[in-house]
Amino acid sequence: MSTARKLTMAAAISEAIGQAIERDPDVFVMGEDIGKYGGIFGATGGLFAKYGRDRIMDTPISETAFIGAAIGAAAEGMRPIVELMFVDFFGVCMDMIYNHLAKNTYMSGGNVRLPVVLMTAIGGGYNDAAQHSQCLYSTFAHMPGLKVVVPSNAYDAKGLMNQAIRDDNPVIYMFHKGIMGLPWMAYFEGSTTEVPEDNYTIPFGQAKVVRAGSDVTIVTLSQMVHKSLLAAQKLAQSGIDAEVLDLRTLVPLDRAAVLQSVRKTGRLLVADEDYLSFGMSAEISALVAENLDSVRLKAPVKRLAVPDVPIPYSRPLEQFVIPQVDAIVRACSDLIKAGKPEAVVA
Amino acid sequence: MSASQEHMLWMYEKMIEIRLYEETMAKVYLEGKLPPAIQKGLAFDIGSGPVPGEMHLAAGQEPVAVGVCAHLRTEDTVVGAHRPHHFAIAKGVPLKAMTAEMFGKETGLGHGKGGHMHLFDPAHKFSCSGIVGASMPPACGAALAAKKRGKDWVAVAFFGEGAANQGAFHESLNLASLWHLPVVFVCEDNKYAISVEKTDSTSVSSDADRAAAYGMPGVRVGRNDALSVYEAAAAAVDRARRGQGPSLIEVKTDRYLGHFQGDAEAYRPKGEVEELRKHDPIPHLGEHLRKLGLLDDAMDQALRSRVESRVAEAYDYARTSPYPKPEDALHHVFH
Repeated sequence: MSTARKLTMAAAISEAIGQAIERDPDVFVMGEDIGKYGGIFGATGGLFAKYGRDRIMDTPISETAFIGAAIGAAAEGMRPIVELMFVDFFGVCMDMIYNHLAKNTYMSGGNVRLPVVLMTAIGGGYNDAAQHSQCLYSTFAHMPGLKVVVPSNAYDAKGLMNQAIRDDNPVIYMFHKGIMGLPWMAYFEGSTTEVPEDNYTIPFGQAKVVRAGSDVTIVTLSQMVHKSLLAAQKLAQSGIDAEVLDLRTLVPLDRAAVLQSVRKTGRLLVADEDYLSFGMSAEISALVAENLDSVRLKAPVKRLAVPDVPIPYSRPLEQFVIPQVDAIVRACSDLIKAGKPEAVVA
Repeated sequence: MSASQEHMLWMYEKMIEIRLYEETMAKVYLEGKLPPAIQKGLAFDIGSGPVPGEMHLAAGQEPVAVGVCAHLRTEDTVVGAHRPHHFAIAKGVPLKAMTAEMFGKETGLGHGKGGHMHLFDPAHKFSCSGIVGASMPPACGAALAAKKRGKDWVAVAFFGEGAANQGAFHESLNLASLWHLPVVFVCEDNKYAISVEKTDSTSVSSDADRAAAYGMPGVRVGRNDALSVYEAAAAAVDRARRGQGPSLIEVKTDRYLGHFQGDAEAYRPKGEVEELRKHDPIPHLGEHLRKLGLLDDAMDQALRSRVESRVAEAYDYARTSPYPKPEDALHHVFH
């Protein structure tokens, strides 16, 4: 069943959605510019022409209404997939997301099911400034009631989207613009992968070792996986063997995989494109700290993330705040140095 | 109210300035985005060139900006949208600092932190936002401040017809009407919210009709023409200044370019833009001025030279200005 067919992440997501529409009459898609345009980031490319406006519904710029409508339709047993263009825009309808979508199942004592997939674009690196460049996955992972999926490549993107559509809970599905394979943005080739035509799923909460190594663990996700792999190549040249762990989902979080890897390497770097404080990097670090009875660290944990500033527009400023490959290399090298006893000078 | 000679000439010159500014930006923006991108296997590289990121240009929509801003003073507030240059220029935001901001330079309005959708010029009481519908609530606040201080200042919120379907639109109209705030809501109906046509997004044909629901006057200007906008704005601004509360003006205008530069515009019927350009508001006002004897070839030429040097100076300044230091990214999170 293996095929040599390679898809971009955008095409893989669109294929998963198209197949779901064909298999299940309760699945439909709503969002801004997802129809004729095919989604600003291509996640619904080609679907409008194939399935028409009853299944692929362009919405007004009325997020409270259409996210809320997804909640209402899902409560009736339908399975809406909704795109809200940039995660930065979620603020305009946050009430529907964090007071309703995330909480109604709980407040109903489990009696209300909300199988909604809410997909959105994250990430910077192309100078679109502070209102179009955030990641914010930690913000949504912080709120109970939302599953948070953040794929790094086309194969995972399709399998995770299939899983998201089948899940009976709200899933926020976040794709980084810089790995979608868009014709108007430089991207990481590694995100375009072989993608089977069948309807495979990838279970949530299973991190993946994308590069095995013995000296240091880099825990990361999304576009930062690709930067970490490039960093690992560079580190290998100086004899440092880095293991790269792609979390793939933040909620649920594969805690066991993180601990297993750090037990093996004894060193942890968390590489994150979200804000530093109170975020994913803190969560992973705390996880290791809470398990120091069974994890022997050879060096203190390190974190690389956006240093608690909004993403600036100007290129030198943006490049400075978003962690780059060289910063990952430096951080890992520092971890190795920190683990070695200082030379004693007589 | 018909426009004074001075106002008509001002609008004409400003429209030419806006158009030249936007056409120059369209060219500059493409630098580094095509041939190097093609080598990298891309059709277009949004992150390359001296002006990276998204770029939303307003060529064709000049009448809305000049027709309204002709009535405004420095102390009046303007809040614009993600397509902000025409409003900024008409409100008097300095071209040099504005352009430098789009180049991400230290000398820019926001020291390179904001970029094209996020221009802040408190001295000229201008701001804008990359979030659709976000212009209206802050305009209400500016108007509230003016009212509390007993000033006859006016606040104008510009937004697109897509934004009129946001909750912020309805909440702001209600609040402004309830508190009799000196706000003028100005809707630019360019027919498209990115790719979605107004007929597919809006349950009424005219957003001006929605004003009735909030007890304020609503006027639709059906022609993309500076003098028609000017007349509608005269009444609304005057009403606000005299403490009689808010108004809504909707202008049918034309977007000659894509939603953003690089937009393939597959959603637009072929030939639509060519048809729209036949009704270009700039030569239209020029003809009118000539008929009135207010403009001749020599004056037109002189005016265009003035505009060309202003725009050229702004772009030169932006190009030659230094970038901020990378670590400056850490400053200004708080004042």
